[in-house]
Order: sequence, then structure tokens, then C-alpha cells
Amino acid sequence: MAEYVHETGGPLFHIGRYVLMVRRSFANPERASMYWKETLRQMSNIGVGSLVIIMLISFFIGAVSAVQFAYNLSQSMVPMYFVGYVVKESMILELAPTISCLILAGKVGSNLASELGTMRLTEQIDALEIMGVNTFSYLIGPKLAAAITMVPLLVIVSAATGITGGLLAGSATGYVSSSDYLQGVLLQFVQKNVFIMLTKAAVFGFILTSISCYQGFYAHGSAIEIGKASTRAVVLSCIMVLFADLILAWLLLN
Amino acid sequence: MIEVRNLYKRFGSQEVLKNINTTFEPGKNNLIIGKSGSGKTVLLKCIVGLLTPTSGHVFFDEKDYVAMGIQQKNEIRRELGMLFQGGALFDSLSVEQNVRFPLDMFTKMSNSEKLDRVNEVLKRVNLVNANAKFPSQLSGGMQKRTGIARAIVMNPKYLFCDEPNSGLDPQTSIVIDELIMEITEEYQITTITNTHDMNSVVTNGDKIIFLHEGEKHWEGTRETLFMADNKELIDFIFASDFLKEARDVRLEKIKAKLSK
Repeated sequence: MAEYVHETGGPLFHIGRYVLMVRRSFANPERASMYWKETLRQMSNIGVGSLVIIMLISFFIGAVSAVQFAYNLSQSMVPMYFVGYVVKESMILELAPTISCLILAGKVGSNLASELGTMRLTEQIDALEIMGVNTFSYLIGPKLAAAITMVPLLVIVSAATGITGGLLAGSATGYVSSSDYLQGVLLQFVQKNVFIMLTKAAVFGFILTSISCYQGFYAHGSAIEIGKASTRAVVLSCIMVLFADLILAWLLLN
Repeated sequence: MIEVRNLYKRFGSQEVLKNINTTFEPGKNNLIIGKSGSGKTVLLKCIVGLLTPTSGHVFFDEKDYVAMGIQQKNEIRRELGMLFQGGALFDSLSVEQNVRFPLDMFTKMSNSEKLDRVNEVLKRVNLVNANAKFPSQLSGGMQKRTGIARAIVMNPKYLFCDEPNSGLDPQTSIVIDELIMEITEEYQITTITNTHDMNSVVTNGDKIIFLHEGEKHWEGTRETLFMADNKELIDFIFASDFLKEARDVRLEKIKAKLSK
């Protein structure tokens, strides 16, 4: 296994190695209880550990969106309750899943890449392999499972916090009253949009976790490589999340 | 017994190991010695399966380890213990959890049985009252002892030690060397230690293999080491000017004695 750590190649080599890594991550566990424990630890790291920053950023995004929509609508004939509707729809369809996952790519992605990179460089991964542990399924599988579970939950929290931010900012600035805003929020609930939001969240969660794990797991060389692996993890995750966003929007909205 | 046959390892165009043939004897402490970059660690990693040889074979009790599938390899791996150069302890786990990890992963022992076994091996490596400490709270010597405890907790048949003395002061090095020797004899394990510490070579080497630029230049016992007629080995043993001068003085005395 360590063999391939030292190998480098072009994009096709990396895509192939990435696909193999993901496939091996879902292999049968040696001891289910150990994997379950590790999955819970990762759920706590990814989910609970990111809750505050996601809520904080979503609140301000919702608030700024409400104020700016209200400013634009105030010069038109469109009724002000429409602010609530637009904030709700944009949070659910785009802002909550995409912005949350870009934030998570920075926070969780760099964390995962440096954790695995450090384990690789300090031979902890080799130690697991010598014991006969499937390092892909023990180290990466629980992280993927935790991300696919926790990121949609974080995105639900993000959407709710963003809509609340819009409500508070709209009424605090006097652009739109609470009742008008809530009228807009309750207007025309499209179930499919929530499904799209959750699908995006699960896919983005998988992308940012698997790319970050790949960068960390195959880090090699000196300590400086851990920093480089973290940076690559964040940049690539962000690009791939946005690319997947485009593909999913095209597939799911058509 | 472990046997290495016609082993070659290449990284790109660089040939790191060239036609290595040797055997590692059971119940003995086998040493691989050589300068930095001579291929010691690569050989050790090829034997344990962390690297795949470019060609050649590694036999564990006559079973070809290189040709095995992952399932069979994992069965052999459960019989291996390895002490890594930096300890390779899991940062997020305490000493007790580190040592207990293989038991949790591969045995069906009860919690109390696991705890008893962990305490038994920690006592064996003279590491008592450190169960709750984390690797970052341990000294280099304590980390190595925890690494040894984790390596022997599953009663391995084979113990591999990669530079067990690196980063340790001379006194702690002696303690670790003695511990490896005692464990090898007590548990009758086949130990393979990779070192460039001459003190370890003199005190621990039941069988010694000297590597130079990826080739096996010499093999023998510690008793025959200083009589070896190999320029690279002599240069390795008497690496410092001080030792070379001491050797020259000694040779002059011997010559003087002989000419009388």
C-alpha cells in the first residue's frame, strides 16, 4: 500500500488512484464496533465541530441577502413580502448547500488532509497496515460515512439560520416587516427544492471529504508537504464542489 | 524462519536493493546494519510488506509472502509486531488505548482480559502508571517502550525494529537494546533490527547483515564482525577519526608483538 504513496503521475493516475481509494474505503470492516466508534468520533468532529461557524456565516448571508433584496425591491412594484420568498428559495436551492460546503471544505477539508498527512508521515498508517488493518476502510470509510450523514444536517441548520437572519435583519433595518417576511417564507413551499438541497449536501460532503482524505492519505516527503496537501485539499474541493453544483443544478432542475 | 531470496527493489531508475539473499534465524536478534541510504529501511519494509519488491521473494516459514493475496498477508501480519523509528503511536489515543488497539481490533477477549494483557505488557516494558498518558506527554524512551508493548501485545512470532535507538540518549538506547534482547529470548521471537548504532551491534547482534549501497557485503555474528575482511564494513565500524586512530595504534601494537 505504501508503495503507491511515493508514486506520482498525471491526472489519469490520480483519478484512478482516487477511485480505488474510494472503493477500498467501503470494504468490509474487521471489527464493526471499532468502525462504529470511529464513525461517531468523525460525526462529532465534522458535525458538532462545524455547527457554530456554519450558523454564524449562514446568519449573515441570510441577513445580507434580505437587506439587498429589500433594497432592490423597494424601488419596484413587487410587494415586500417577496423578500422572504427570495431569501428562502436562494438559501434552500443554492446558498445553504454551496456556501456551507465551501466553508466545510476550508475547515473540515484542511483538517482531514493534515490529520491523515501527519499519520502518514509519522508512520501511524504503516503501523495500522502492519497490524493487518484495512487502512482505507478504517481511516477513510468512517469519515465518508460521517460526512454524508452530517453535512445534510448542517445544511438544514444553515438554511434555517439564514432565513432567520433575513427575518431579523429585514425588520431591524426597517426594510421589511416580520409579518411580510414570514408571509413570503410561507409562500409556495416546493418539496423538490428541499430534496435538491439535501442531494447537493450529501454529494458535496462526499466530494470534499474524499478529496481531502486522498490528499492527506497520499502525502509524502517532509512536514512541509502536509501544508501543501491541506492547501490542495481545500482548493480542489472548492473547485469540485462548484463543478458538481453546476452538474446537479442542470440534472435536478431539468 | 524468514528467508529473503534474490530480492531487488527499484524506485524509478534508482536500484535501492540488489540481489539480497539471506535468512533470519528464529529466537535470535538479527541485525541489518549499514550507513544511511544503504537500503536498510527499504529491506525491512520489503520484508514486512510495506513495500513490494521489484523482484524476488520473502518467505515466512517457507510461505512466499510476496506472492500472497491481501487476506493471506493479513494473516501473516497478525503474527508480526513492529517498532517504528518514531514510535508511530496513535496521537489521539492514550498509552493504554494504543497498546490495546490490536486486541480491540482482532480479538474477542473481554474488557477485563484485555486490560490484564495490556497491564502485563506495560509492566514487561517497565512502563507502569502511564496508562492514561498521551503520546505527546511521553519522553522518547517511553514512546519507544509503548511502541514495543504494542508490538508484543498479540504475542507475535516476528518482531521488527526500525532504528530503535534513533533520537535517544546513549543510556536510554542501552535500556531499549536490553529490552529488545530480553523480549527476543523470553518470547522466542525472530527479531530483525535495523540499526547503525555500533553499541547495539556489539551487544545485540546474534546475526549481522551489512548492507552497502543496496548490496549485502557481509554477514556473520558479532564474534566475527571485527575480524571481517571487508573494506566498507571496516570503514563503517571505524567511522570516526578517533576510532580509526585507535585501530591504527592497536594494529601497530599487534604488528610490534608479532615482529618480536
